[in-house]
This record gives sequence, C-alpha cells and structure tokens, in this order.
Amino acid sequence: MSESAITASNVNANEKMQSLLREAENLKTKLEEERQKLNDVNLSNIAERLEQIAYVNIKPRKVLKGHQAKVLCTDWSPDKRHIISSSQDGRLIIWDAFTTNKEHAVTMPTTWIMACAYAPSGNFVACGGLDNKVTVYPITSDEEMAARKRTVGTHTSYMSCCIYPNSDQQILTGSGDSTCALWDVESGQLLQSFHGHSGDVMAIDLAPNETGNTFVSGSCDRMAFIWDMRSGHVVQSFEGHQSDVNSVKFHPCGDAIATGSDDSSCRLYDMRADREVAVFAKESIIFGVNSVDFSVSGRLLFAGYNDYTVNLWDTLKSERVCLLYGHENKVSCVQVSPDGTALSTGSWDYTIRVWA
Amino acid sequence: MSSNASKTTPAASPKQQQQQQQEQQAAPASQPPTQQQQQHHHQQQRSGKNEDAPNILVYKKMEAIIEKMQAESTGVAVRTVKAFMSKVPSVFTGADLVAWILKNFDVEDVTEALHFAHLLSSHGYIFPIDDHALTVKNDGTFYRFQTPYFWPSNCWEPENTDYAVYLCKRTMQNKTRLELADYEAENLAKLQKMFSRKWEFIFMQAESQSKVAKKRDKLERKVLDSQERAFWDVHRPMPGCVNTTEIDIKKAYRRGGSSHGTGSSGASVAKNPVEQLTRIIALRKQKLERRTIKVSKAAEALVAYYDQYNEFDYFITSPELPNPWQTDSTEMWDTEKNSSKEVPVRRVKRWAFSLRELLNDAIGRDQFTKFLEKEYSGENLKFWESVQEMKALPQSEIKEAIQKIWQEFLAPDAPCPVNVDSKSVELAREAVNSPSGPNRWCFDVAASHVYHLMKSDSYSRYLRSDMYKDYVNCSRKKIKSIPNLFGVKR
Repeated sequence: MSESAITASNVNANEKMQSLLREAENLKTKLEEERQKLNDVNLSNIAERLEQIAYVNIKPRKVLKGHQAKVLCTDWSPDKRHIISSSQDGRLIIWDAFTTNKEHAVTMPTTWIMACAYAPSGNFVACGGLDNKVTVYPITSDEEMAARKRTVGTHTSYMSCCIYPNSDQQILTGSGDSTCALWDVESGQLLQSFHGHSGDVMAIDLAPNETGNTFVSGSCDRMAFIWDMRSGHVVQSFEGHQSDVNSVKFHPCGDAIATGSDDSSCRLYDMRADREVAVFAKESIIFGVNSVDFSVSGRLLFAGYNDYTVNLWDTLKSERVCLLYGHENKVSCVQVSPDGTALSTGSWDYTIRVWA
Repeated sequence: MSSNASKTTPAASPKQQQQQQQEQQAAPASQPPTQQQQQHHHQQQRSGKNEDAPNILVYKKMEAIIEKMQAESTGVAVRTVKAFMSKVPSVFTGADLVAWILKNFDVEDVTEALHFAHLLSSHGYIFPIDDHALTVKNDGTFYRFQTPYFWPSNCWEPENTDYAVYLCKRTMQNKTRLELADYEAENLAKLQKMFSRKWEFIFMQAESQSKVAKKRDKLERKVLDSQERAFWDVHRPMPGCVNTTEIDIKKAYRRGGSSHGTGSSGASVAKNPVEQLTRIIALRKQKLERRTIKVSKAAEALVAYYDQYNEFDYFITSPELPNPWQTDSTEMWDTEKNSSKEVPVRRVKRWAFSLRELLNDAIGRDQFTKFLEKEYSGENLKFWESVQEMKALPQSEIKEAIQKIWQEFLAPDAPCPVNVDSKSVELAREAVNSPSGPNRWCFDVAASHVYHLMKSDSYSRYLRSDMYKDYVNCSRKKIKSIPNLFGVKR
C-alpha cells in the first residue's frame, strides 16, 4: 500500500471513530433526558416514612482459621451452617461454621482459587481460578474428593466467579476472558456462552425468580448486564460506575440489583425503572468495594471493602448504618447465609468470620 | 532503584515472583535524592503510564488527603520537638492527626478516624518515627510524612538486592536508631546467603551510600533515614504486618497483559475501540426502546417489599426462635427440619406474599398441590414442575425428558392436557421438532403461561380457601397431626 493510501485509510478510520463517538454521546444525552422525565422523586424521599435503623444487633460470632493465604471466595451450604472457602494457598476447605471445625480440605494443583460454589444439593462443590477451569468435587472423604474431581469447563483466561443455576447439573461461570458460560456438568458441554462485556467479568448472580433464566454480571468495563440464559443475549445494561464493577447481587425481590466497584461506591439499579436509583458512598470511604450482599428484606446491603471493613448500608434511605471492624486486611467476599441469620466475610487476613 | 520504578511488572504467580526476585541482578540503590531531584523524578513518574495500575485510584485519593494534611495553615501542625540533648525534626502527634481527621472528614467517631489514619500509615504516607509497625495511635506518639518520592503510587517494585544494600548500610552506620530489628537481621542473613556471590558488590554499594549519608546535615539525615526505613516497612513489612503493595491478581493479570497464561480473547475485543463503541451504541439504543416505570413507582415497590419482609429479616427483627449464631442453640434449625410437627405462623404467612414463596416452601408446595387436586387442576402445577425439573437435568437426558413432557401435557392426545393457548403450543411444537434438536428452554413460553394462570387464578383462590385459613389457624394453635387434617380423599 502506498503511503498516501495508508494515510487515507487512517483518516477514514478516524472519521468513523469520531462519528461513532458522537453517536454514542448523542444517545447518552437522549437517554438521560428520557430517564429524567420519569425520575420524579428520590428513593430516599419515598423511604422517609420508614423509621431509621438506629441499631443493628450484629457482632462477630465465629472466626474460621486454617487457610495459609488470602481467602478469595466463600459460599454458604444450603444447610445454612457449612461454608466452603477457597484461597490463594490453593486449598479448598469445607467448614462447619457453627462449630468452626474443618471437615474437608482439598489441595488444588493451582494457587489462587478465585471462586467456589456449593451445588444446590449440598453434595458437590465447584471451584476454579488462575487455572482457567471450573472443577467439580463431590463432597466425600478428602482422598475420594481429589480422586473423583472433574473438570467441567475451560475459559481462555482466569475464572473469576461461578454459581450453580438451580441445578447440580449446570454451572455458570464468569471469566477474565470477558465472557460468561453455562456448562453441562456431566458432559462438560458448553450449553451457552455470553459475549458482550469488553472487560474481565468479575461477578455473576442468578435472578431469584421462579424460572431462573436470567442472571446478572459485573465487569471491569464498568457495566452490569442482565442476561437471558436461553438466548445468550444481554436484555438490560446498567452503567454509571467510574471503575471496575467487582460485585453484583440481585435484590431479593428480583427487580433490582446492587453493585460494588473499585470507585468505592455501591449502587442500586432498578430494572423496572431501568436506571440507577441510589448511590452508597461517603467522602471518607476511598477504597474499592469487593463484594456486596442483601439482607432478607433488601433493606440492608453489606459491602466488603479493601479498607478491611464491612459497611452496612440502608438501601432505602441511602445512609450508612454501621461499620464492622475485625478483619486485618482486605475483605474479599461477603455473603448472607441462606436463611438470612448470619453474614460470612472472607479476607486477605487468611480468616473467615461469621457475624450475626 | 529509579530504573526499576517505571516498569510495571505484571504480577506473576507467587512462585514465579519468588523466582524472579531470586534471579534479579544487583541494581544500584541509593538514598533518596535531593529535594530538587525528587520533584523532577516524581513528575516523571506521575506522567508515566501508571495511571491505570491496580491500586492507583486509591493512592490518588490518599495523596489528595495527604496534600490537605500538609496545607500550611489548615493542615496538621508539623513541628520540631526539642528533646534532651537533641531535636526531633518535622513531626506531629497521633492525637493531632486523629483530631484533624475528625474535623475534616465525614467519619463517624474516633474509631473510624483511627482506622483511616492507620490505612494512610500502612500504605506508607505517614509513619511513626521509631516503630516498624505502620499504624497510628491516638496519643502523643510522633509521626512524620513520607516524601512523595517514596509514595507507593510511583509503583516501586524494589528488588531484594536493593533491600540487601539498605540493610547492609544500616549495619555500617553505627547508630542506635539504625540498629537492625531481629527480623531485619534475619532477612539480612538470608539475603547474604542468597547473594553470596555478589555480596562484595552489595557491600561496596552500601559503603558508598553510607559515606554520602554521613556528609548530610544531621537533622536532614534523621528525616531521610526515617523515610527510607518507612519505605522498607511498606515493601518488606515486619512479620505480622500487612503488605499493602500486594495487588489483586485479577487486576494485575488484566492490566499486565499475558506474561503467563494463555491470554484472553476478550482482551482483543476490548482493544478494538470501534467494536466496543458499536456495542455501547447498540446497548443505549436498546435502553431507549425500553418501556420503563417512574422512579417513584419503583421506589414504592422496594419500600413495600421491605414492609412485607422486615419481620423475616433477622438483622432487623429478632426471630421467634433464637438465632443459632447468637445463642449457640440449634433449636431454630431443628424445628425447621421437624416441620411436620408444626409450621411457624410466620412461615405460613409468607405463602401469601407470592406464588413463588408458596412454591419455594416444601410444605407450601405440598399444600398447594393438594388444593389443586381438589380443584381438578393439578396438571398445571405438574406441567410447570416437570418443565423446571427437565431444565435441571444433564444434557444427555434432556431429549427424552422433553418428549415425555410433550406426550404427557401438550400433544394432541396427551393424557394430562394443560390449558395453554394455541400459540404457546405451536412454539413448543416447533421447538420440540426443531432440526437442531430441542433445548431445555423449549417449553418456557408455555410454562410461564401456565404459571401466570396459576398465579392469577388458583393461587388467589387458594389464599381465600378454608384450606389455607385452617392451616394458618392450625399453625397458630400448634396442632401436631397436620397430615390427618388435610388428608385428601380421592
């Protein structure tokens, strides 16, 4: 190609970019105008009639010690008292959180096990991380667990999160390759893949509706997407965060989602209004949020931060209710137990704590 | 040191990191340069390519705060304290710092202010003048600001050789305040073993740095020595202290590209700005087409949900039975397991919130099944349940299960026909007979049709039925033999 031709094509590409940028901006403005028309009142105004949450009776109850490196992920068993945890030390530990006993420990061939999840039956666990794979273990004796493990799916980058969508037979994963995938456990077949994010997928959560066909994902492209599992398409998208979205969680009603981000804010997006309805932030909170979860009523949002604390937000009044101190390093994961009686927190300080 | 500072090494796995560190060549280390040099260097760093580094967002926010703290009249008062026979230059007390934070930030109390101060310290922006543990106490202990040259935003990744030179230098300086702590002495011994072959070189480096240091003004030296020590307290923290320079491997992996691993296909998409923009445009168009409700409506719904569920929220309302985690009594869980005996009123009450709640409760689902049987419309729930069960099957069993459901509920001669509109049946037929093979979602439209039917019809009748009312009353009275009361006669 001659020099002038190269220049010409560059100019063309540039023009195309410019026009695309303009279009994107125009759409944004138009969208903001449209949404503003329906933005008649603030959530916190509507919530004024509610009493303030003056005090939440929550204290540290259990400390689970045993990992030899950062705890990266935890998941509650459906039995409401066991917890599985994965760590940078390459180990997976199954705890009876109530007695704080370790019941099983499995060593993975990889370090940095970034995600782990209990199957709905409570008989299997799935995990993975820097190995790019999702591996399933049956919960039996330690030796047998290692012998009977199976690799179900493989991404082209690290696996950051996984959940079982209402069945022991499927696993939904999110990955640093910016996709999510639904796998058939038995055959390892890819049932559906989800392309759309332009950054690493950091978190996913299943919608708590009767069909279980939708899920939400949060990504380093600063977006949260609602996906239809059947079609593999994005059905709704939310923007607003200024940095990576590290965590996403459905409101228990299924019509809203909460996000936590490196921009040190949490946000509440309503799917019916198709917009952000609350931002949870404070000037004195400057560290990123790694993980969020709701209490049963959706009123409280627990958020784990890189500043070693857990903040409790009143989602309706947009106020902070209190701070939980105790961890001595970044809080990597928080999760309310299945019956809503307790909160588990995992940290880079090698421990898992249970609060109630 | 400065030659390494600008490079952003993608974090490798811990093992690789160790290896790297061991293999690294000796690099010249030095004391912080003069003020002028520092500023120059600092600016270079700032304009560098580190804007997107994992911790940079937080560092920037902390630095903005530190700048406020150092403001001449409104900042924290820095002074030189006269002590017996000597002077302690450029210090402030922990109490002053905490008071300043309380006054200038929206922190709630002293605890939060102290925690905030602790974070600034553990990241190396302020440090106690004679303690390796980077934390802040709310008392008269003296603290000092770190020089911007040593700020973590410069993305220091100091090497072990630098650390060896530094420790070695301290042993030469013959001052009590520079004496090595036990863990440092241990580290030095380890490093000496590791670098035995080039120890002469390290020793020479240390010696020359020590000579330069000796020429400095006494007070300036005190400050510089402490700042250098604090730098190493951040990057080679005392055992038991947090290493705040560690980054989340997910973030490092992404930004560092693929120095290991197979590289991500997603990254290539991300790097194509045209594709990315096109995608954003499509999403925004999709959003514009969407029908939405007013924020007030959505807000009311969220508040209403709380109204309905707050008595089930253990963090807000205390439960009927003691929370196991608070009392160490498992009574609550035990009662739940033996629920055939008695179902708490609160649990039964929840069945009235939504059909989903009713079906999520095993006993509730059982009750509703019996009710439907009585009404001769049990096939609706059966169909819906069969579809949900089929969706949860392994792929290998899907095909057969789909045929079974089709035969049982939807086919023209189905023994158990469900009341679905012809359009849904047609959709299901197409899906079942699709050349690419049926998939687990082929009955979704029909199933959701049936679900709505149950929700708007049978469910509301169930809630009004004596069956439900009796059940609510029974659970109130704690009647034991529920099966007898609700035995269904066929």
